[in-house]
Amino acid sequence: MAKQLATFIVDGTRYGIDVLRVQEVLRAHARTAVPLAPPGVTGLVNLRGQVVMTIDLRSRLGLPPLAVDAEPMMVVVEVNGEAISLLVDEIGDVFDVDDSQFETPPDTLPAVLREVILGAYKLDQGLLLALDVDNATAA
Amino acid sequence: MDGMDEIVREFLVESYENLDQLDQDLVALEGSPGSRELLSSIFRTIHTIKGTSGFLAFGLLEKVTHAGENLLVQLREGRRAMDLHTTDVLLRMVDTVREILASIEVGGVEGDIAVDEVIAQIHEVLENRPVSETAPAPVVKPVVAPVVVAPVVVRPAAEPVAEPAEPDVAQVVELVTEVVTDLVEVLVDDLVENLEDDLAAATPASAASPLPTPPTPPNVPVQGSVLPTQRDHAADEPVASASEAVADGPGPRTASDASIRVDVELLDALMRQVGELVLARNQINRLADGTVDVDLVRASQRLSLIASELQEGVMKTRMQPIDHVWAKMPRIVRDLAATCGRQVRLDMVGGDTELDRTLLEAVKDPLTHLVRNAIDHGIETPADRVAAGKAAIGVLTLRAYHAGGQVVVDVVDDGKGIDAERIAAKAIERGLRTPEQIAGMSEPDLLQLLFLPGFSMAPAVTKVSGRGVGMDVVRTKIEAIGGQVDVESTVGRGTTWRLRIPLTLAIMPALTVESAGELYAIPQVSLLELVALDGQKARTAIEYIGSAPVYRLRGDLLPLVALRDVLETGDNREPNAPAVIAVLQADTQRFGLIIDRVLNTEEIVVKALSARLKAIGVYAGATLLGDGRVSLILDVGAIARRSLSAEPLDLDRESSSRSAAVVASIEQVLVAGIGGGRRVAIPLGAVTRLERLRSDLVEHVGGREVVQYRGAIVPLVRLASLLGARGDTETDDLLVIVSTRGARSVAIVVDEIIDIVDDDASRHSGIDGHGLVGSTVLKDRVTERLDVTQAVLTADPTFFDDQADDHVNDPADDPAGAAFAGAALPGGSLRSELNSLVGV
Repeated sequence: MAKQLATFIVDGTRYGIDVLRVQEVLRAHARTAVPLAPPGVTGLVNLRGQVVMTIDLRSRLGLPPLAVDAEPMMVVVEVNGEAISLLVDEIGDVFDVDDSQFETPPDTLPAVLREVILGAYKLDQGLLLALDVDNATAA
Repeated sequence: MDGMDEIVREFLVESYENLDQLDQDLVALEGSPGSRELLSSIFRTIHTIKGTSGFLAFGLLEKVTHAGENLLVQLREGRRAMDLHTTDVLLRMVDTVREILASIEVGGVEGDIAVDEVIAQIHEVLENRPVSETAPAPVVKPVVAPVVVAPVVVRPAAEPVAEPAEPDVAQVVELVTEVVTDLVEVLVDDLVENLEDDLAAATPASAASPLPTPPTPPNVPVQGSVLPTQRDHAADEPVASASEAVADGPGPRTASDASIRVDVELLDALMRQVGELVLARNQINRLADGTVDVDLVRASQRLSLIASELQEGVMKTRMQPIDHVWAKMPRIVRDLAATCGRQVRLDMVGGDTELDRTLLEAVKDPLTHLVRNAIDHGIETPADRVAAGKAAIGVLTLRAYHAGGQVVVDVVDDGKGIDAERIAAKAIERGLRTPEQIAGMSEPDLLQLLFLPGFSMAPAVTKVSGRGVGMDVVRTKIEAIGGQVDVESTVGRGTTWRLRIPLTLAIMPALTVESAGELYAIPQVSLLELVALDGQKARTAIEYIGSAPVYRLRGDLLPLVALRDVLETGDNREPNAPAVIAVLQADTQRFGLIIDRVLNTEEIVVKALSARLKAIGVYAGATLLGDGRVSLILDVGAIARRSLSAEPLDLDRESSSRSAAVVASIEQVLVAGIGGGRRVAIPLGAVTRLERLRSDLVEHVGGREVVQYRGAIVPLVRLASLLGARGDTETDDLLVIVSTRGARSVAIVVDEIIDIVDDDASRHSGIDGHGLVGSTVLKDRVTERLDVTQAVLTADPTFFDDQADDHVNDPADDPAGAAFAGAALPGGSLRSELNSLVGV
């Protein structure tokens, strides 16, 4: 079965989520830090009058934080009716993928990542990792 | 209700409203039997329901109301007098009608509600005392055209599209324009729609207005009874009875053409949009502040003004008089008073005080609970009241008024009041507090125990109360809407429960403050005052008791909590930097929150916070500040609960980690030296103050040593001589432990105050001597456990005389803790006294 994935790059790797889950993509806003928040939650942003929680995918994927001067992007997804923004390095294209290209992750994948990565689509341009949005946002 | 006819829905709404009125009228009727005004009103309601139910083919409903109407006709025509039994039967009929309506609302059909019994009862009443041989009053099937109001269409709030990150004037202006246009559009559209519908509906309704006029006997004396008119009745009224009533009473409720029904969702949507407008206005104001553009400044001021007026107007549309909730009270009071065997008069003052309707909904249950409680626990039986020299009829007063931007609702009874000592005993009995904790509590603090989950004063579970589900639920519900509950009581005089409720939920005034570089909002409701600490003062003003910082606020010690510590945002802050103490009121505790600086006060709109962030338990929500930044709203109550323990101050650092299970066997004791290397432990519950007195102040009464202390003569007991130790030396100063119970005090002289420590009962040993109740090991030293009761009695043999039977305590098991209940000062000040005396 074919479907479309919206993709983005985090630390050089391409990740994708179902395009229907994505509300919008925009440049990162100034964030208000939330002390005592669970790790991964990097703050709150004002999205046109709506207060939206931001999750740093880098921290979720166990990666070092982005350089201070870098300008990350926000992918706003909907989880259980609530808008949540994912912080990513850069935005990629929308890819058409087919189930036949899909493979579950190898056993060597660390447990932390197994939680958030559903598997990989083997594309000509390289691997496209399918992100489990619900788990990734449940920081 | 999806598939339900609009007509049926309208019928239900209207009937419910009318029934509420009916309850009130029936109870009022008991007080002034024969009031034609009331009887007409009741008759009218039942008549309308009967007519409409016939029209809508609700057979059961028609049968019940028909029977009720027969009875009412007789009452109205004066052929029968109103009595208790008749009221009961009529009330029961109203209940049955409600049941049927509820069933219709749920399933669209009447269901199988039993109506025969009620009908039989009505017939019984009808046949019991027939004043004259009458056939049931002629009943004419009326044709009532239900008023049809089309559903109000709520438009989704259009999203303003400006980019808030870097606000510039053009964008913000665009945003404001959009919000305003939107608002106006929705308002106008719906008003027009409603008006059109109303006009359309009004025509057939008035056409049907000549309802069958029941025969009215010509010479019935009319007794006007004044009842506040509250609701509009949709049905027009028979002219004959109406005109009669006009001549006498305040006039029947007239169908009002000046109001329309508006869907609550529309109001909610409007409120949200006004919230957005207020935010946009804040943003414009901030921009205008930093500019020299006179036109912009003027425009922003105007916008400010209009936005405030609009906000006020929209808030008003959502306001309802508290009467709507109170309307049910007369019936509840009547029924409950009968069940509990009380005589109660209900006074309601300030029923026109208005409250946001969501808040009104939320206070309904707590208020009902308090009223039930007041009758069941507060007001005594008539016999008891007379014996206590009070009027046999108890007075329950509901009072509502505005105060300080909040609505205050008081539930006042003149009953027996709440005995703080009984509460203390109950709390200990139920294991909610230890005797030591109780000992340090003042009377208002003790009353607060009523709000603990699982607390119940009722000795037995009755139908009305005693299940232990009570005041804590009231408090939870009121706090959920940002309100507060308080209680004051005087034994023998009565109890006052006070609810403080915010005017509205959506928009609230708040103080924006800064801590560790981030901005936070503190709801004004919890803010008492601000204390600025400049560089010089900051160093000295904050003092420490153990590790707990305190501030002397007009002589009282105020526990301090640093927001940086609460939020764990680091304390890499130079000690002399200026800071501000925000004095906050949370539940019953007052505390100071240390913040870096205060920015300003602002009207903020509460935005929901992601459940995961709410679960942290420090934030009540989030809001947008004037510059578009997101700011977190602090949950003052939660911070207090997080940072302050149940005791006024956490006395002991070790104590915070101990589990609840072992609390019972560990108590805090004051360790004192009595000379000769001997140490004694004194339960903290028996210690009121620690003092240093000059030896030359000791005087003699008879053979006893006394001192003048705080204007009273206080007997002195020297532990060294009591316990047979040799006092080290005669010094200039006496260290005394003052033990106070009620008005009596005793001063216990020791040589040295050592510390306050935890005493674990499992390490107690039976080895003792004269004046002791055993020994134990404390701070690696064998310490004798003082028999406080005996020591105190040595100094003052009558110390425990009054109320001694209240607390028959085995001194070994319950070392003075309960006996001294309510006497001691908060532990905090004790600790400070200790600090100043230790090691001297």
